[in-house]
Amino acid sequence: MQAQEITPHLFRNEYSKIVAVLCKTFNLKHIEIAEDIAADTFLKASETWALKGVPENPAAWLYTVAKNKTKDYFKRLSTYETRVKQQIIADEELVLPEINFDRQVIADSQLAMIFAVCNPVNSSEAQICLALQILCGFSVHEIAGAFLTKTETIKKRLQRAREVLRNDGFEVSTPNNAEAAARLPSVLTTLYLLFNEGYFSKAPDSYIRKDLCDEAMRLLLLLIENPLTNTSETHALMALMCFQSSRVNARVNADAEVVLLEDQDKSNWDQALIEQGNRHLINAFENGEISKYHLEASIAYWHTAPDPKNKWQNILLMYDSLLLIESSPVAALNRVFAYAKVNGNESAIAEAEKLNLTDHPQYHALLGYLYTGINDTNAIVHYQSAIDLSASNTEKRQLAKAMAKLA
Amino acid sequence: MKEYLLTYRTDYKAMPQMSPEEMQANTQKWMNWIAGVAAEGKLAAQGNRLMPDGKVLKGNGVVSDGPYAEIKESIMGYSIVKADSYDAAVEIAGGCPILNQGGNVEVREINPM
Repeated sequence: MQAQEITPHLFRNEYSKIVAVLCKTFNLKHIEIAEDIAADTFLKASETWALKGVPENPAAWLYTVAKNKTKDYFKRLSTYETRVKQQIIADEELVLPEINFDRQVIADSQLAMIFAVCNPVNSSEAQICLALQILCGFSVHEIAGAFLTKTETIKKRLQRAREVLRNDGFEVSTPNNAEAAARLPSVLTTLYLLFNEGYFSKAPDSYIRKDLCDEAMRLLLLLIENPLTNTSETHALMALMCFQSSRVNARVNADAEVVLLEDQDKSNWDQALIEQGNRHLINAFENGEISKYHLEASIAYWHTAPDPKNKWQNILLMYDSLLLIESSPVAALNRVFAYAKVNGNESAIAEAEKLNLTDHPQYHALLGYLYTGINDTNAIVHYQSAIDLSASNTEKRQLAKAMAKLA
Repeated sequence: MKEYLLTYRTDYKAMPQMSPEEMQANTQKWMNWIAGVAAEGKLAAQGNRLMPDGKVLKGNGVVSDGPYAEIKESIMGYSIVKADSYDAAVEIAGGCPILNQGGNVEVREINPM
């Protein structure tokens, strides 16, 4: 292939920008209009660039074409309306709002679009799919790949989610202070889940996984750059994502197995991201607020800290606080792991068994780990339950390895 | 599930002076315990600690410095837990660090209004 091709990166970025700006400028209730114009624009780009080469500033080229196509669209629409409705608007000049693609307009439009799409009227899965399609320019096929789901399923999910948004009075407009404050938590949740979908995804294609993480961070950065949404929580979530991303290459080995933090090759950690995370963490703690993102980011920070004195005590304390804010099985199990590091495996076993999360493979995997060396028979029973419950072949293999050491 | 109020009582005056390290270790013990209850999904409300001094108001308009001077122990905090029975609530309370510090926990079933 030659340099004329439209890179997926350019497509994803510019496509979602064009859609956001058009929706916001014309207050479109039907996002599909903007999507058609954006798609037409890229079609023209691929035809023209194949012949004449990629222009010096591809984005500016795309914006100009998008502007013209938008004008054409509205002209056609007005002609159609006058003819069909037989209204007499004699040669009246069509007055369109100025279409502007400067940096600020794009940023504002994208922010407005994030708020329009991350709407809790849809389930969080549906919101993530919508975000990937509308905010990140992913194809249905790519989304299906990330979710390990059939394309048809994703297509249906997206259609339903769009319908739900339309019925809820879909509007791409800059939220006011009160609206921003009210909706921000669910926006952050969606971006948090989007990131986790990438980070913890079992999809075999690691590029898709990393793309999801990068997209979540790109969208979050838009929130940080806007005074309306530049809150301590936003910074805390960004810090968390930076710390997690810094280890993305080290946390999975060549056999696609998850490597425990302490066993990871630290030279594989991305120092620049860790430092970026540190900066966001400092910002996050400036006004003394504490959210679950603050705590999760702090835990991730302690894991990256170079000389951690009282490391596990601090991590345990963070998990304690996290559970008091929001109790979840994953947090409860992670807390027991930290508890074991501080108080020893034996007392952690009692702490784990109190949770009684017998349906979770991670519960049994943890007990298998804790019982190892204390009561190997119990350890084997738990590892076996974990293997039976796990849905991932890689995980099953990894658990079987740990169990084989005991037999 | 029912809810139970746990009231933590101790004799403030008898409590040994703690170094900052000991205080931190103490806080950690409390956090570990209460978070363990939360992890089990049995914490209805984390509750609060109380300052050692207070006022006691009587019907005759007399206000005295409290808490009740005639009782050595005073309430230092409270939480609300979820449990199926008194036995289960008492079992939860059994992990409270105050029991190792000469204090006690009163367990009372909440009678919703």
